[in-house]
Amino acid sequence: MLFAVLGIFLGAALSPLVVRVSRQAAGWILGLLPLGVFVFFARQLPAIAHGETVRQSVPWLPSFNTPLSFYLDGLSLLFALLVTGIGTLIVVYAGGYLQHHEQLGRFYVQLLSFMGAMLGLVLADNIFVFFIFFELTSLTSYLLIGFYHSEEESRVAARKALVVTGGGGLALLGGLLLLGQVTGTLEFSQMLSMGATVQSHPYYLAIFILVCAGAFTKSAQFPFHFWLPAAMAGPTPVSAYLHSATMVKAGVFLLARLSPVLGGTAVWEGTLGIVGGFTMLMSAWLALRYTDLKQILAYTTVMVLGLLTMLLGVGGEEAITAMVTFTVVHALYKGGLFMMAGSVDHETGTRNVRELGGLREAMPWTMAGAVATGLSMAGIPPLFGFIGKEMTYEAALHAESFGMLLLGVSVLSNVALVGAGLVVGLKPFIGERKGAFTREPHEAPVSMWLGPLVLGVLGLAFGVYPALIDHSLLQAAQTGILQESHELHLALWHGFSPALMASLVTFALGFAVYAAWETIQESGGMAALGTAFGEVPGRVFERGLYGLARFSQGITTLFQNGRFRWYLFAIFTSLIVLVGGGLAFEAQLGWPTFEGEVAYYEAALAGLIVLSAIVAVRTQGRFIAILALSVGGYGVALIYLLFGAPDLAMTQFAIETLTLILLVIVIIHLPGIEGEDSLGVQVRDGAVALGCGALYTIIMSTIVDVPLDRRVSEYLAGNSYTEALGHNVVNVILVDFRGIDTMGEITVLTIAALGVYVLMRMPRRIAHEKEPEEEAEENETAD
Amino acid sequence: MIYSLILRVAVRLLVPLLLLFAMFMMLRGHNLPGGGFVGGLVAASAFVLYALAAGVTRAREVLYVDPQTLLGLGLACAYGAGLLALALGKPFLTGLWLHPHLPLIGDFHLGSALLFDLGVMLVVVGTVLLMVFSVEDRLPGLVEE
Repeated sequence: MLFAVLGIFLGAALSPLVVRVSRQAAGWILGLLPLGVFVFFARQLPAIAHGETVRQSVPWLPSFNTPLSFYLDGLSLLFALLVTGIGTLIVVYAGGYLQHHEQLGRFYVQLLSFMGAMLGLVLADNIFVFFIFFELTSLTSYLLIGFYHSEEESRVAARKALVVTGGGGLALLGGLLLLGQVTGTLEFSQMLSMGATVQSHPYYLAIFILVCAGAFTKSAQFPFHFWLPAAMAGPTPVSAYLHSATMVKAGVFLLARLSPVLGGTAVWEGTLGIVGGFTMLMSAWLALRYTDLKQILAYTTVMVLGLLTMLLGVGGEEAITAMVTFTVVHALYKGGLFMMAGSVDHETGTRNVRELGGLREAMPWTMAGAVATGLSMAGIPPLFGFIGKEMTYEAALHAESFGMLLLGVSVLSNVALVGAGLVVGLKPFIGERKGAFTREPHEAPVSMWLGPLVLGVLGLAFGVYPALIDHSLLQAAQTGILQESHELHLALWHGFSPALMASLVTFALGFAVYAAWETIQESGGMAALGTAFGEVPGRVFERGLYGLARFSQGITTLFQNGRFRWYLFAIFTSLIVLVGGGLAFEAQLGWPTFEGEVAYYEAALAGLIVLSAIVAVRTQGRFIAILALSVGGYGVALIYLLFGAPDLAMTQFAIETLTLILLVIVIIHLPGIEGEDSLGVQVRDGAVALGCGALYTIIMSTIVDVPLDRRVSEYLAGNSYTEALGHNVVNVILVDFRGIDTMGEITVLTIAALGVYVLMRMPRRIAHEKEPEEEAEENETAD
Repeated sequence: MIYSLILRVAVRLLVPLLLLFAMFMMLRGHNLPGGGFVGGLVAASAFVLYALAAGVTRAREVLYVDPQTLLGLGLACAYGAGLLALALGKPFLTGLWLHPHLPLIGDFHLGSALLFDLGVMLVVVGTVLLMVFSVEDRLPGLVEE
């Protein structure tokens, strides 16, 4: 499994090379990679179907108790097969779709990286490994959505997706950490049997909320659904792969994976049921509002995600049967339909359904795939979608509570889905051929109609002969979610059950919706729905983001107005307030008793320092002020020397000298101190200065008053030669014992230096105001 | 540039001495007062002094590389000293020691800490000089005529 995941990342790294060798064949060649991985996982199927699980663990970060561990059970196998299987078709498809795009190589790097991340996500056993792959899918999808980065729409959509899914990812991290703390393990496979422990723990609710935040944002549940339709700004292969078949299912996968641990409680059933059900109903009808093929498909994707979430919330054998079935159903038809939409767009120049029609002669192969997948989406027998829909209804009928409500919501949503399926899968190809295409319609290349066709045929095959997968793959996946084994048997014909009645009602209403689609689409109710749920959430989000930027800009201009005096004032005032306040409340102030005589030269030195400070404050000349300050600095260095800190003293001397030189260099160009400040300003500055001085006096006296704990110093002094072969403890601390601190410091120093360098290269007016800063930095970093 | 004959003559003598002194400080730092930080400051002072006496253009020539390069080189030394331990399967930044015996010098300890300290020194020199030289480029005429 490790090699499968790493192999795909390796393929991502090599793909630009492949594209360079052969642009035409790149898709076909690179497609072999996911195909190979697909075959590898398919070969695991018999064992997994027998109830076995495979766990693989490679040491990775032992100090964090985090191995690179993977866990293959029915659930992860199902998703792994979807990721690699549909991935294969997408890679081939993208080769045709973007053949003439100059950045095809870059595209494949991103696409395959995404695939590797997604595969890692579904296979991960360790929660940190899972989280890393989870975030990696967010990052790679950000790149993929924004692939057409010269267009603003793409950039906005990419940012939206990143902020929403990335924000959810952070919440998820919190949830996973809590989960790890409660269960005492970081491996999913060990958590699965600990549901009772977790659910009775006081942290359960917090874990549940955080995990849901991660899953709902990733899987575009209301009110986070808005990023997914926007993400259609990416290239169509991306939409087909990420936003229908794989990435958006990561949230659902997460809920499925954790359902044995978190599931079955009232809050789980209620939250998932309501959020999922509402998302499903809302987006199913919203899909009818739009005319762009991709937009319609995007909203129906949200609908299915809502359905899957709802089914996970309902729980139990029937609902999980429906959930795993529909996962496959949806991946097959949605992947196919998106590719078809891309082909139509590619070959006719439009994706607007109202402008499309009569393409059956021009694009027969595309049509074959489109009709097969479209009818599956509409749930027409004998396609697999029909079984999926039947199972949903069965699940609703068998639900422990609110069964009729669930059935009603499902039927209503499916009515819209039937309509949307027909609009997308059938309408572009039948009827009168419409004119006004920007390109003469013609059949897409093999690479582009192969995918929809394969998926369409699979949908048909699974529908007619569900035994192909029901007993093996689906049952194993169901076992993975429920953690108990049930016979799973699917069939087209269930007898005259209530579910069949519901299906018939759905068809009748669904065909009516299709017939009246144009009227519905233009109706006022639809417009209101579109505004309320299609546009407003996204707009609120954008406005919030804008507001945040404005807010931080306001803060920045308030605190960083370029006036050095204000900086010092702000820094020192906050120092006094925060540290002084802390001392007043927390610390026991003390005043040390001084023992021994003060030598005359010590007193003289102290007097000199005080004198230099007074001169620096009172003088009218900058040059004299600087010299006075330096005298103070050298005086302090002498004190270090007198009290036995030669290293410190040396550093202080060196720093003092350099600062003096730097200040002199700058000062020549500054005007002299002009006149006196007003009395108010003087009092203010004086108060801050005295406050600072008083604060430091108190801190020092308190520190000195506390008996020194010598354990650390003794340890360092005692071990500096035995451990680090150095006699100079100070230096050994710097380069060895606390070497990593020093490393951080020199890194900061470098960044500060580069900052000054950049500031100095900025337009003069700005740079001029910032000049005094660098001395401050110089002093700060030296301390 | 400050036109001062005294400074010019003094600098000729001082700069080599200061640089030598800086190396001395850095090398002896492990056992006696000194170290990369002080050494770096002394070395930087030498170049700043030279820039005052002979101009920044000349100082840049004498330095031979850009200060930015020194920064990068210094960080590379310090991180390299840490990564070296990692490469040998020890925790990051573990001190590594060789105990070579050289004729005339005798036994001594050669450690990765020295490489680390060299890195600190280079970063300090680079930081100071980058700042001074940038200010100079910005406000020509301070030191340069």
